[in-house]
Amino acid sequence: MMQITAWDRVQLARHQARPHTLDYITELLEEPRELHGDRLFRDDPAVVAAIGRFGTRSVIVLGHQKGASTTENVARNFGMPRPEGYRKAIRILHLAEKFGLPVITFIDTPAADPGLESEERGQAWAISSCLQAFLRAQVPTLAVVIGEGGSGGALALAVCDRLLMLENAIFAVASPEACAAILWRDAARAPEAAETMRITAQELLRFGIADEVIPEPAPAHLDASGTIRRVGQVLERHLEELLQLWHKHGPAHARRLRWARYRAIGLWHEEPVT
Amino acid sequence: MRPRFRRRNVASEGTESLGPSIPDGLWSKCPRCRELIYTREFERNHSVCPRCGYHARLTARQRIALIVDPESFVEWDAGLSPADPLQFVALGEPYPRKVAEAQERSGEREALVTGAATILGVPVGLAVAEFGFLGASMGSVFGEKFARAAERAAVEDRAFIVFASSGGARMHEGVFSLFQLPKTIVAVESLSERRLPFITVLVDPCYGGVTASFATVADLILAEPGAMIGFAGPRVIEQVTRQKLPAGFQSAEFLLQHGMIDAIVPRPRLREELAHYIRLLTNQHSASPVSFVTRQESDR
Repeated sequence: MMQITAWDRVQLARHQARPHTLDYITELLEEPRELHGDRLFRDDPAVVAAIGRFGTRSVIVLGHQKGASTTENVARNFGMPRPEGYRKAIRILHLAEKFGLPVITFIDTPAADPGLESEERGQAWAISSCLQAFLRAQVPTLAVVIGEGGSGGALALAVCDRLLMLENAIFAVASPEACAAILWRDAARAPEAAETMRITAQELLRFGIADEVIPEPAPAHLDASGTIRRVGQVLERHLEELLQLWHKHGPAHARRLRWARYRAIGLWHEEPVT
Repeated sequence: MRPRFRRRNVASEGTESLGPSIPDGLWSKCPRCRELIYTREFERNHSVCPRCGYHARLTARQRIALIVDPESFVEWDAGLSPADPLQFVALGEPYPRKVAEAQERSGEREALVTGAATILGVPVGLAVAEFGFLGASMGSVFGEKFARAAERAAVEDRAFIVFASSGGARMHEGVFSLFQLPKTIVAVESLSERRLPFITVLVDPCYGGVTASFATVADLILAEPGAMIGFAGPRVIEQVTRQKLPAGFQSAEFLLQHGMIDAIVPRPRLREELAHYIRLLTNQHSASPVSFVTRQESDR
């Protein structure tokens, strides 16, 4: 059997024909309605939000949105949210809390937008507030990394009760190109960096950061509807479990379980101090 | 990146008039205004240039010495040091060797020093970034020490003061570094629950995951004059967007103007200001009460 390298996974995760958030919304939700705007500055096309029926109940969906063509990609800023994208996510999250609706997020971005205007409008502030809003959310939350999980820009929508990853999805602290440029002083060594950084879904599962890897019937760009259906089935199962857990423990305690999960991540040595 | 204040042996550079017996490092040169400053005067001025106000970078220990009451600092969790979760090797250099070098050079085990102290008698928990340790990049130990310090401050009823500085995430710990962002944000919930002040002071330079996590969810966000603060670094922004960055972009002054921070506090005022902010937030005032009416009377 051919070995799939980390760099292969990066290419698959970034494939333009891979299904994106709006494809999942259209296929998995009955009668969905897209919701727009952060109510502060403008609507960020790199982050989409929708409300719709999933199975028997209403859910809120949030996700990064890449384009299926170069033109759409330019319009969507290649899925790189600006501060208004994170503030839109926060607003919609509060809406979900008000009506007690579970939230599903789809993660798929190379990074948060690194532009001048994004800095002016407080990109770091938007991301930290979004992280805090998700960590504090008073409703069950579920994240699926469907493609590229690029650094803080991806993380801001991913800190949920459950973190699932598609088989060919990645999650990294920096792009392999950036990592290679910084540590190997040569962006062309990205394939080597991709391997070294351990960014595949399989590695994240091994680290205990991801909860489950969802197999792709064929690489998602070759079988979009099969992949989406599979994701739908897995989401249904996790959502059912989460709703029971939230019902059993109550929101305050369920939220503490989420906090404990993120509080525990990390590895270190500890010696007694004399 | 701006240069640090460099000590220079002026005598060796041909200013014979000052005499041949001047010891090395007696004079320093400000990297911004090029003024030669008597090193002792510069240090007395908290490593701030007396002429142009340039704030030189400090080590974590220098920072602590300037801020806390003498002898009041007790370090926490000094026994934590980095593991190597990815078995990371770049250009033939394993991460543990890089860590050992950084430890040797900086004298610290990690890029964050935490502990308890008092500031003008006010009890605080402290977390201070050490930029000299791998650019104060945030990895597992940075995150863990931060989280423990925040939680311990909460248990011990202390305000939590953080001097935040960072070049970004610790690449060598990969996704573990990334997930320190939510960890630090979770940890400060313990302070919120007890209504204890959480104040960050952003010092030069402060970028990446640190700015995008605990540093910007604080109750009050202060910064030192001229500090460079942002999410993406200026070089990245110029490369990616081909935009020319305006003068002063991402400076503390720029952020104040754009509504991102509460105040800019010059270093020599920091100690008093921190104590003052904590007393104001917690409504604890040491001076005897002054009646507004009485004060108006006496003002006449």
